[in-house]
Amino acid sequence: MNAYYLQILTVIGINIILAASLNLISGYTGQLSLGHATFMGIGAYSATLISIHLGLPFIISLIIGGVVAAIFGFIIGVPTLRLKGDYLAIATLGFGEIMKNINLNLKITGGPMGLRGIPQATNIYIVIAAVVLTIFAINRIINSRVGKSFIAIREDELAAEAMGINTTHYKILSFVIGAFFAGIAGGLYAFFFRYIHPSNFGFMKSIEILCMVVLGGMGNTYGAVLGAIIITVLPEFLRTVSPVISQYRMVFYGLLLVIMMIVRPQGILSQDFDFTLFNHGLLGYKKKKGGQIQ
Amino acid sequence: MTTATNLLEGQSLSMVFGGLSALDSVDINIKKGEVLSLIGPNGAGKTTLFNLLTGVYSPTRGKIRFKQRELRNMKPYDITKMGIARTFQNIRLFGNMTVLDNVTIGQHCRTKTGIFGAIFKTPSVRTEEKKTREKAMEVLKLVELDDVWDEKAKNLPYGKQRRLEMARALATDPELILLDEPAAGMNPQETNELIGLIDKLNDMGKTVLLIEHDMKLVMDISQRIMVLDYGKKIADGTPEEVRNDEKVIKAYLGDTHKGE
Amino acid sequence: MFFEQIINGLALGSTYSLIALGYTMVYGILELINFAHSEIYMTGAFIGLTMVTVYKVPFPIALLISMAGSCILGVCIEKAAYKPLRKANRIAPLISAIGVSIFLQNLALIIAGPQARAFPKNFKVTTIQVGSLFKISSIQLLILLVSIVLMIGLHFLINKTKIGQAIRATAQDKETAQLMGIKIDRIISLTFAIGSALGGAAGVLVGVYFNSVDPMMGFFPGLKGFVAAVLGGIGNIPGAMVGGLILGLVEVIGAVYMSQYKDAIAFAVLIIILLLKPTGLLGQKVQEKV
Repeated sequence: MNAYYLQILTVIGINIILAASLNLISGYTGQLSLGHATFMGIGAYSATLISIHLGLPFIISLIIGGVVAAIFGFIIGVPTLRLKGDYLAIATLGFGEIMKNINLNLKITGGPMGLRGIPQATNIYIVIAAVVLTIFAINRIINSRVGKSFIAIREDELAAEAMGINTTHYKILSFVIGAFFAGIAGGLYAFFFRYIHPSNFGFMKSIEILCMVVLGGMGNTYGAVLGAIIITVLPEFLRTVSPVISQYRMVFYGLLLVIMMIVRPQGILSQDFDFTLFNHGLLGYKKKKGGQIQ
Repeated sequence: MTTATNLLEGQSLSMVFGGLSALDSVDINIKKGEVLSLIGPNGAGKTTLFNLLTGVYSPTRGKIRFKQRELRNMKPYDITKMGIARTFQNIRLFGNMTVLDNVTIGQHCRTKTGIFGAIFKTPSVRTEEKKTREKAMEVLKLVELDDVWDEKAKNLPYGKQRRLEMARALATDPELILLDEPAAGMNPQETNELIGLIDKLNDMGKTVLLIEHDMKLVMDISQRIMVLDYGKKIADGTPEEVRNDEKVIKAYLGDTHKGE
Repeated sequence: MFFEQIINGLALGSTYSLIALGYTMVYGILELINFAHSEIYMTGAFIGLTMVTVYKVPFPIALLISMAGSCILGVCIEKAAYKPLRKANRIAPLISAIGVSIFLQNLALIIAGPQARAFPKNFKVTTIQVGSLFKISSIQLLILLVSIVLMIGLHFLINKTKIGQAIRATAQDKETAQLMGIKIDRIISLTFAIGSALGGAAGVLVGVYFNSVDPMMGFFPGLKGFVAAVLGGIGNIPGAMVGGLILGLVEVIGAVYMSQYKDAIAFAVLIIILLLKPTGLLGQKVQEKV
């Protein structure tokens, strides 16, 4: 395959992981985060530094990157998740900017020079495997006792507590899981582009991930996948349509975001949309869940 | 002080919101297995008392003991786990979840599946999920909502939403269940069904504390009635006693026929 | 030296306050973080610059024209990008705002190019020595004066006029305000108009102060203006003023000790305040009704 398309596919894969993991935090658990790229960055830097300094194999570094991101998710989540709504959003934004500032000034992260010469280890197969595993894990979580607690918190936090859910615990858990997958995505990114810089993981990237989630449909994993594909492909598509549009592509990008929100504010695939409909309702099978009990 | 027959004891409970006293030294004792009603005019502090008993607020003064254990500093979810469940005056269901899932959530504190169990779906997790679903369906049958189990909670008509809230509370396996105006907005037939349901719960051994304005319902099912007015307890006794209490009549009808 | 830093902090802080006011007013009415506000600020700076360089108008007139232009831009954004979303969920307008922000930023990049431009001063810049303690440049004095005048004006408008009363009523409860005969749509537009005018003024003042105007200039001051608004208690007008000043002071004084972490300081302050008092310094605690 043409290297250009391969690169786009890889980026789509990485973005799917980012969007699906943010969707777990914001779409399912209802905790608005404007700092998801922070965890991507932590994963990217940790995986790279571990691989460079300790000489660990790529996959191990990748996973450690995810774990380090998850630990930061915990450290950041414990104080901030007491905040609600927009306050949480702005606190996550703040942590993101602080982290960026620190990365710009530390020696070990290469400061404003970033880290160069990272070995090329990410390939399309690894990305596909990571995407499949991420979606699988997130779907399993969502349909479990844990995931239902996340959704209950989104629907009504007070009622969730009254039902015996330790909401703080579950909000942090959701944040940690989301951070883990974002960290993995960051590692994949670092070992694909072979160069990372603090600004790759700043506010604009966090916003981009959020746009994928909202555009696709909050609280729907397949929506997040779709959103990631659209937001990744759209600027590239605009680039190729015509030279005029190519020159103005970011202008169109901004404009399209506005238009898409006005046309379909709930996102392309709404919460209710579920592919299992194809397995049950549409093909005439009866849903199993409660039916088998009778 | 603590006697074995009292499931819950609240001693001189007071609650002050920004200088305004919502509850003033209220004592409440709930005996195991009884149906106790809490009545009083709007703003008397009934829901505030509920919120104290369930840990939503912690009392400004006073102590609450449930099954001989003090509830100080316990979070609502701890209290639910200990065996107190509640419904809300303004229905607070998980609207976008199915009826079944709402009830499944109720069993949260009685189940264990964690994050790794969820991802790997071990046999024990599958068994637990199956049991949870079966129990949820049982509870739904009890409140006669089993036929709408896969409906979204927000799409249910009002009366069914009230019943679903009760089912969800029941699913937590409570010893004491607090119902906040369960008959509000119900027509007479629905209210009658509700009376039957509360009786059924009581027969199952559940202790019930309810706030209600519908006097027919209150007089019908309560073994005891407690009356609050302006944050103070003004009466506590059998329906007969309360019905004939001077202070209660005054609180409900006003002070017009009797000058101070 | 210390007093000079205070002056620097207050001058910078008062521009944050002006930006914060736009955020806080819009938030108070619509509960929307208007991310496009940083681009209104940037556009305001460009209008001011164009007036001074191309049309050679005196600075005060340029400032007023820039405020008027920002005002129109703000209202247009509201009508086009937010009004259709008033009944949507809370996040859709946020994304729409981000879309507007990306749109305007890149439009400015195409029109003006990425390079920063100097802001020529068509008035005399002097340094005034106050006693033996400190000196203040005429630009700083200008920033402080303009900010104070605008904030007093706003305070008067909000608290002493009928329009202000309508704005406050709408912020409290849109439906009831509507029942009282207040035209909600007009009040919302008005709020955007006022907030945007203040944001535009901040853009011009900062452009003159740092002698630099560029399409990306809105990003950080925009974020910090928002931080200032949250710091003071979002939706709270005096809070935004106080928040901006505190942020400016902390940032300038902090930068003396650790200049490379200048931007992190603002956010660290924000997080500390949020954790200690989650509703901001002057924000009021709202008890959830159970």
